[in-house]
Amino acid sequence: MDKTPQTLPRQSWTFSNEVNSEIRRAAATGIYDIRGGGAKRRVPHFDDLLFLGASISRYPLEGYRERCDTSVVLGTRFAKKPIELKIPVTIAGMSFGALSAHAKEALGRGATLAGTSTTTGDGGMTNEERGHSEKLVYQYLPSRYGMNPDDLRRADAIEVVVGQGAKPGGGGMLLGQKITERVAGMRDLPIGIDQRSACRHPDWTGPDDLEIKILELREITGWEKPIYVKIGGARPYYDTALAVKAGADVVVLDGMQGGTAATQDVFIENVGQPTLACIRPAVQALHDLGMHREVQLVVSGGIRSGADMAKALALGADAVAIGTAALVALGDNDPKWEEEYRKLGTTTGAYDDWHEGRDPAGITTQDPELMKRLDPVAAGRRLRNYLNVMTLECQTIARACGKSHVHNLEPEDLCALTMEAAAMARVPLAGTDWWPGKPGF
Amino acid sequence: MQVLDLSKTDLREVNATLQAQRADTNQTEWVIENPRGSHAVAVGLDAPISVTVKGSTGYYCAGMNKLATIHVEGSAGPGVAENMMSGTVIVEGDASQYAGATGRGGLLNIKGNASSRCGISMKGIDIVVHGSIGHMSAFMAQKGNLVVLGDAGDALGDSLYEARLFVRGTVKSLGADCIEKEMRHEHLALLAELLERTGADAKPEEFRRYGSARKLYNFNIDHADAY
Amino acid sequence: MCGIVGLFLKKEALRPRLGDMLTDMLITMTDRGPDSAGIAIYGEESGKLKITVQSDTPAADFAGLDLALGEALGAPVAMRVVDTHAVLNVPLDAEAPALAFLDKRGVRVMGVGESMEIFKEVGLPKDVAARFGIRAMGGSHGIGHTRMATESAVTTLGAHPFSTAGDQCLVHNGSLSNHNDMRRRLARKGIYTKTENDTEVGAAYISSRIAEGATLGEALEGTLKDLDGFFTFVTGTKTGFGVVRDPVACKPAVMAETDDYVAFASEYRAFADLPGIETARVWEPEPATVYFWER
Repeated sequence: MDKTPQTLPRQSWTFSNEVNSEIRRAAATGIYDIRGGGAKRRVPHFDDLLFLGASISRYPLEGYRERCDTSVVLGTRFAKKPIELKIPVTIAGMSFGALSAHAKEALGRGATLAGTSTTTGDGGMTNEERGHSEKLVYQYLPSRYGMNPDDLRRADAIEVVVGQGAKPGGGGMLLGQKITERVAGMRDLPIGIDQRSACRHPDWTGPDDLEIKILELREITGWEKPIYVKIGGARPYYDTALAVKAGADVVVLDGMQGGTAATQDVFIENVGQPTLACIRPAVQALHDLGMHREVQLVVSGGIRSGADMAKALALGADAVAIGTAALVALGDNDPKWEEEYRKLGTTTGAYDDWHEGRDPAGITTQDPELMKRLDPVAAGRRLRNYLNVMTLECQTIARACGKSHVHNLEPEDLCALTMEAAAMARVPLAGTDWWPGKPGF
Repeated sequence: MQVLDLSKTDLREVNATLQAQRADTNQTEWVIENPRGSHAVAVGLDAPISVTVKGSTGYYCAGMNKLATIHVEGSAGPGVAENMMSGTVIVEGDASQYAGATGRGGLLNIKGNASSRCGISMKGIDIVVHGSIGHMSAFMAQKGNLVVLGDAGDALGDSLYEARLFVRGTVKSLGADCIEKEMRHEHLALLAELLERTGADAKPEEFRRYGSARKLYNFNIDHADAY
Repeated sequence: MCGIVGLFLKKEALRPRLGDMLTDMLITMTDRGPDSAGIAIYGEESGKLKITVQSDTPAADFAGLDLALGEALGAPVAMRVVDTHAVLNVPLDAEAPALAFLDKRGVRVMGVGESMEIFKEVGLPKDVAARFGIRAMGGSHGIGHTRMATESAVTTLGAHPFSTAGDQCLVHNGSLSNHNDMRRRLARKGIYTKTENDTEVGAAYISSRIAEGATLGEALEGTLKDLDGFFTFVTGTKTGFGVVRDPVACKPAVMAETDDYVAFASEYRAFADLPGIETARVWEPEPATVYFWER
């Protein structure tokens, strides 16, 4: 007898298995999900932009023979000692504490070999990273963990962190497992307790106060160091303009794909703007103040390749910064640890519980046994190689567009594949001379 | 005695001169005249010199001080002695918001009142306030001692870590995870020493001690509403 | 994000010096707000209504304005042109027709009052004060503002003080976080703002509460419940001035009082030249607490 035809079981798009698993997890534990990394949802990104390249109307430069410069100077506005980098890609702030000492050392080694800077994080400056980083940016954060005038003076630049792309307007939480004796000592905290980070600085609020804070930092360091101001991608036009008005030498703009050591998943996925959408408003603010290229703009959040770098520069950035990509270059989420990722209930590429301190790759951990898995010398070489590849890729594209310096890339060298990207990057949809919001249409 | 006049010499030169003093300097006595509420006066000092500021200062006076003794003969603006490492800062008048914020060491002696967020995020500094303090004082305070001869405003010691708070007068309200604790012998001894060093007219027995209940130290669902 | 100053004189003899004292206070707050500056001065009442207007093309717009307005109102109108601003004196009962006439002529009304005059422009505080000759102005009290614009445009209309009712004005340091919603709530009551500025919403809120019968104290009290975000407000009325800070109270505020005056400023620096400041009572206003002085 024929069976009655049956409808196939149908999963809800709204209540997917993934959504339901999170509801069950929340119901069982009573706490939001905390994780590391940046936004995982798909957002319009640099992939949605293409370079036009040269042909007859424009002339390309010969690869490998004709020079395409990549150097960048950060902090030319007020600082007596600006930072000169060989390549326009820097290592974003990641704390000792979130990362192991070996990982920080590897970042310093790789960046120094490639001719660029690294950045401290929320936890102070270690001798390892100062020793291994030729150029080191010292972050000035709400927690002020480990903050002291000696480290301020031995830094090459100071980055006042107002926000991060992963969590504009948010603080942080580092769970007790990673607050080991050394981490606790640097942060003046008891060992093993959860570390709660404030969302605002303890002694200033707003741009009018920030101006005075920057004055103090300059007075303490003799007006030598470039002062960066780092903002999360929230209201990039206003925030960039206000950072400039407050006296910043450099604005660091971090879009929502930018990572973090540990924050609520709901925050990472639902607050802030995609990196692609942040650049043009920030550049517009610099233009409106007559400060484009006078105050340098460093863009971060989801930068992965020389193509991403070239596109960010074309949209008006002076340099980019990488965090997550640098960790991957060191060995984060490497498939060779797949068996151990599975034991943790995850898989290669998806591991993001950086705050729990059980990283099989030995990078986001303070466990002495796990830390040993990362050889800082070899990992530093991998980072150097990766930075070199990014730079070569960026030069390849710049030469193809006829540029003898990567900073000469322009928005007009780009077209967009999607309406969204065209609107956000304010470049024409491929094959047209139009983008949504373009004046005159 | 060396005199630096802020109405004639610019701030950069005043600070650079003071910052250039080394541990073995013979010029140990300095006076800053006409501060008129200027910001970042005598910041980043790093020698055992004595600086007297003849008047009131703006933001961040004595910021990140090491070793120096800085005496403000007036009131101090926001963030006086912020992130102090060591040394002594004395304020004859009142201190504005964030006095001693994130301070890691040394002694901040405020003869008048301090306003809100006194000792916010302090990390080892000793702060003695002869008058009263404002709201949210010792928020997220990690280490060190805050001694208040007068009263404390709302939400004292909110999200406190291991700093010790001593208040002689009333406390308008305690912040999340801050509780009154037993005054033990070692606390009385500590108080006696701090009161003596700051010339405070008070007896250790008159104070109450407040500290962390340590309930926020590791996340517990039953305390989620305190976050 | 800005600098605020305010001065309320208790001693009659100081009144000729009000503008001079306020100008010095204003200029010290330049670093906090270099974009634009403004001042509201409460001078002598003359039995007339003062309407302060502004024009970007004053020569053309103010020529014959007094005569034309006088004709329209059927009463003589005196006019004092001060740079881009002009103060028109009209009969007390002529507010509505005068404002309708000025609206039609396309000049911008900065404020209306029996004693209040408002002067504000884009530029450095010292330049703005010089353009209007603020130093020479006398009066019983006044408030001033230097602006570092956060989200709304750097224009004359975006400068503070904002006045949304007769003899009332407001200056603000901070950033309101629910001003768009409040703007819509006020609009439903028929109260419309002219700019995208958050402070103007604060001013309109206070005026609307007073128009509904609240005292100034009650209206300021209401800001604590109905306005969200960060604010230090200083507000002026014909007979006094008031101060209120939000409950978080992160933005700076300091006050000084002697037998001669009450002064407000964002920073102590603004007080450095005030007479007798060495012995004044200097304190910081408490959060979520309304302060008010009346003559």
